[in-house]
Amino acid sequence: MTDNIVEIDNLSFGYKGRQLHKGINMAFPRGKVVAIMGGSGSGKTTLLRLIGGQLKPTRGEVRVGGKVVHHQDRDGLHTLRRKMGMLFQFGALFTDLSVYENVAFPMREHTDLPETMIRDLVMMKLNAVGLRGAAQLMPTELSGGMARRVALARAVALDPSIIMYDEPFAGLDPISMGVVCNLIRSLNDALGATSIVVTHDVHETFSFVDYVYFVGNGVVVAEGTPDELRNSDLPFVHQFVHGEADGPVPFHYPAPDYAAEMLRGHNV
Amino acid sequence: MFSGLLTKVANVLRGIGHKLVDQLWRFGGAVRFSGYVLLYSGESFRRLHLTIREIYFTGVMSLIIILVSAFFVGMVLALQGYNTLQKYGSSEAIGVLVALSLVRELGPVVTALLFAGRAGTAITAEIGLMKATEQLSAMEMMAVSPIARVVAPRFWAGVISMPLLAALFSMVGVLGGYLVAVPLIGVDNGAFWSQMQANVDFREDIVNGVIKSVVFGVACTMIALFEGFDAPPTAEGVSRATTRTVVNSSLAVLALDFIMTSFMINP
Repeated sequence: MTDNIVEIDNLSFGYKGRQLHKGINMAFPRGKVVAIMGGSGSGKTTLLRLIGGQLKPTRGEVRVGGKVVHHQDRDGLHTLRRKMGMLFQFGALFTDLSVYENVAFPMREHTDLPETMIRDLVMMKLNAVGLRGAAQLMPTELSGGMARRVALARAVALDPSIIMYDEPFAGLDPISMGVVCNLIRSLNDALGATSIVVTHDVHETFSFVDYVYFVGNGVVVAEGTPDELRNSDLPFVHQFVHGEADGPVPFHYPAPDYAAEMLRGHNV
Repeated sequence: MFSGLLTKVANVLRGIGHKLVDQLWRFGGAVRFSGYVLLYSGESFRRLHLTIREIYFTGVMSLIIILVSAFFVGMVLALQGYNTLQKYGSSEAIGVLVALSLVRELGPVVTALLFAGRAGTAITAEIGLMKATEQLSAMEMMAVSPIARVVAPRFWAGVISMPLLAALFSMVGVLGGYLVAVPLIGVDNGAFWSQMQANVDFREDIVNGVIKSVVFGVACTMIALFEGFDAPPTAEGVSRATTRTVVNSSLAVLALDFIMTSFMINP
């Protein structure tokens, strides 16, 4: 892969004595939609926070646009973040602001555009996610899917070159899921951006992404295009793609022997 | 047996050590946080509308509880004061007693305690929930500092609101005291006000009261903000942070009051 806008190089990260990532390498080419997949607790969201500079790696580095993220000072980090948009798992809309004000927020913070132009831009973004009519609603009046779409409009408010999505399909009904899939793809192509989608929703994700990384046990266990991974014989990928309960990713959290524990009584 | 006892003692000591180190880290974090708030304070004056909005939420919305409490405190002061003063034949001094008690002590202290309970808990819960719902993270990812945008305006709103609320507390308290002392008990109207005017000193009493309320404003608001910002992003975390806000603010107010009073009073 060439012309990568984001590169993760031999990255390790851990906290509270737990090693979450153990030498991860990834590359995100410009203009592509790339998914990071893996089981719950495999450190997918943490990877997004490392790319955004909210966390610092213990070893290795993340480069965005050729710049090492954790070497940036506050201003440098702010400059990098202005090129990024992030959709949080449950939207993270500002609950004291209306839908309109939420989308206008980054514009008001980072530009000196006149109010009329901000209005036009906000309406354009809301129209793109199909929620122009909900501009005056408050976040508490929105369904989960609508909140996610408003958050998406806010994430792309300043036409970022990198858009990160943290579990964009969590808790959505099938219709909203399809809508969000289409939005991610169409917004990425319309803006000429690069999208990084963190998810464990295999079938939806495989339908619209260009490339997939599978993360497990702190390393990249598999990578490839959706077609390559669908036909993969790797046990991890097979288990994940086919939703099997047990395999390389154990169903049970590590625990002492079940029979021995039962015989010991109720001393948990 | 002996080694088991040693292990238990070692565990207890280790536990105490961990707690001590944790508290030191927290204190260090609080000092660093306060430094950042002051560093980013320019932002809250550059965008004054944010600070004014917060003055409304912390100051104006606390008015009812402050004023009603002040009224009752003033009335109780007058009743208790009259009961004692009349034994010494100086019931006309009731106005001075009410005014000095309120302006020097009760105004700033009770206002700060009520402020911590009403506005302080609201600030902690709001910021804690913003953290739990990733609103602060979202702001950071939009290259907007949450300390500049969320924390600093609330800090200055608290610092500005507190002396105003304390002044209103003292005013309404004096009014409550007047209503009990003059129309109800029958103390002479002229004596009530003239004694008060003659014996309440602007510099020694009123300015010292204002200084106290400003210091309490800084302490209560900073504690509330830090607890919210530092709260674990869970329902239990926010609940504990809110409780800590009330407990720590109240203790800080009472301790600071003693320290300041000891410097202000010249025996």
